[in-house]
Amino acid sequence: MTDGGDVHRALTDALAAERLRIVATLIRTTGDWQLAEDAVADAAERALQRWTDDGIPDRPAAWLTTAARRRAIDILRRRDNERSKLAELAMHDDPDDPPAGAPPGIGDDRLRLVFTCCHPALSMEARVALTLKVVSNLSTAAIARVFLTSENTMGQRLLRAKQKIANAGIPYRVPPPDALPERLDSVLAVIYLVFTDGYGTANDDLAVEAIRLSRLLRDLMPNSDEAGGLLALMLLQHSRRSARVVDGDLVTLEDQDRSRWDTDAISEALALLGGAGPERGPYLIQAELAAVHATALDAESTDWLRIVALYDELVTVHPSPVVALNRAIAVGMSDGPLAGLRAVDAITDDLPDFHLAFAARGELLARAGRVAEAHIKLSRAIELAPSEQERRQLARRRDALDEVGPRLLADPHRSGQCCPDVRVSRRRSDDDPFR
Amino acid sequence: MKYMMFVCTDTEPDPPTGDPKLDDVDDWVERHAASGARVMGDALRPAADATTVRMRGGKVLVTDGPFAESREWIAGFDILECADLDAAIEIASQHPMARFGRLELRPFWEDEPGGPTS
Repeated sequence: MTDGGDVHRALTDALAAERLRIVATLIRTTGDWQLAEDAVADAAERALQRWTDDGIPDRPAAWLTTAARRRAIDILRRRDNERSKLAELAMHDDPDDPPAGAPPGIGDDRLRLVFTCCHPALSMEARVALTLKVVSNLSTAAIARVFLTSENTMGQRLLRAKQKIANAGIPYRVPPPDALPERLDSVLAVIYLVFTDGYGTANDDLAVEAIRLSRLLRDLMPNSDEAGGLLALMLLQHSRRSARVVDGDLVTLEDQDRSRWDTDAISEALALLGGAGPERGPYLIQAELAAVHATALDAESTDWLRIVALYDELVTVHPSPVVALNRAIAVGMSDGPLAGLRAVDAITDDLPDFHLAFAARGELLARAGRVAEAHIKLSRAIELAPSEQERRQLARRRDALDEVGPRLLADPHRSGQCCPDVRVSRRRSDDDPFR
Repeated sequence: MKYMMFVCTDTEPDPPTGDPKLDDVDDWVERHAASGARVMGDALRPAADATTVRMRGGKVLVTDGPFAESREWIAGFDILECADLDAAIEIASQHPMARFGRLELRPFWEDEPGGPTS
């Protein structure tokens, strides 16, 4: 008998190292998603039993791979009409072997799986759910909690997504070069949505999983600047997790205790940003923005001119009213509150009921010494804010107006960003996280 | 795989490019008929000329117009034979009505013996 703790640890490590590769390859060879997941789950169950009885094998991951393939063959043998799959499976003696002539990374079954889960012919929700289930190995119950629905409903949705892949003829492959940028956008959007969902609701496990997914993507596509940009962006946002919420309350970027920022995560992100080329995509630009904040000692010494320049760049590659609003707020920091107000006025037609637009107005008015008007705008922002946390944070700002009075707030060095963070958007249903 | 491609109008079309090769449906038909991807297809008269037929309680009910009141209507169809959905999307995206309207790709209901069962 081997110690249960050792067996458990060996199995966890082996699954972390190889589960995704095994599932991804079995999906390719059998075309059957459920079978692939079942075979690996079954192999893991057997491993617990056998390793406890006979000892942990020398190469646990290889043991798992073989056991899962045997299990898949067993399941196929019991189905009379599945001979063709069986033959194909048998042909692939080495499931890790990419097809001949495939460029590195592109032939990796894990990358095929990620791109298929994120195919634009699936709804955004289906893409996120499928990625979390098949790539991240989250339970259906855990995914149901993310989507605030029942396990049963989520199980049905996952089943429908897998059926659509089969019935609509969604191919299991990494798209060809001409389609790659668009398809990669979808993959990045899915991962970022997982992150913002976790980060926005303080579900740190989900945010950590998104970073893990992003690392995987970056490893599989080392030449993609945007894949590296997304990882850097999430690392930088995540580096502020301990300072961002204190006693359940949101703390704005300028008021955060920067000694609580995760310096390891910041260093890793800055290293990722170093090697990027001149044509930058939206994730990389946002990561650069977050990096300016991450490297500033405090809000006053932040390089606001560089922030405005980066927002100008972001507006060109991804025009959106929310980006324009953040740009206006940065103008308020670099050129003063009146310039900021003019910039906000220029764009508010596009954001008639957006709470952060009113919050920005309120903040800029307060800094310009127009407290009564600031009060009205902040009150409207509180009415429109979607979460209790944000309402409380805005209410604290409004109350501070009454307590401190105009003089202190009018000090240009006193006040900073009105937004709780530089995050641009976290809309759940949109394909494009920037629009 | 076989796909029915419904060619529909849209209330918010893109303007023509001015390039007859891109804007002309006949050019698209020629190219994809030659490659074998377009099996057949045709244009349909507008919804005003549609007739809806139902059989209820043994009686034939005939009504004027399409069965769904909509500002968009089906203007034509093509049957595509493609390796997979990505290939069908690629061909559909070259159709001028992808810009002037919208296209819906619907796979044929085919019972494949080796197909997924989940």
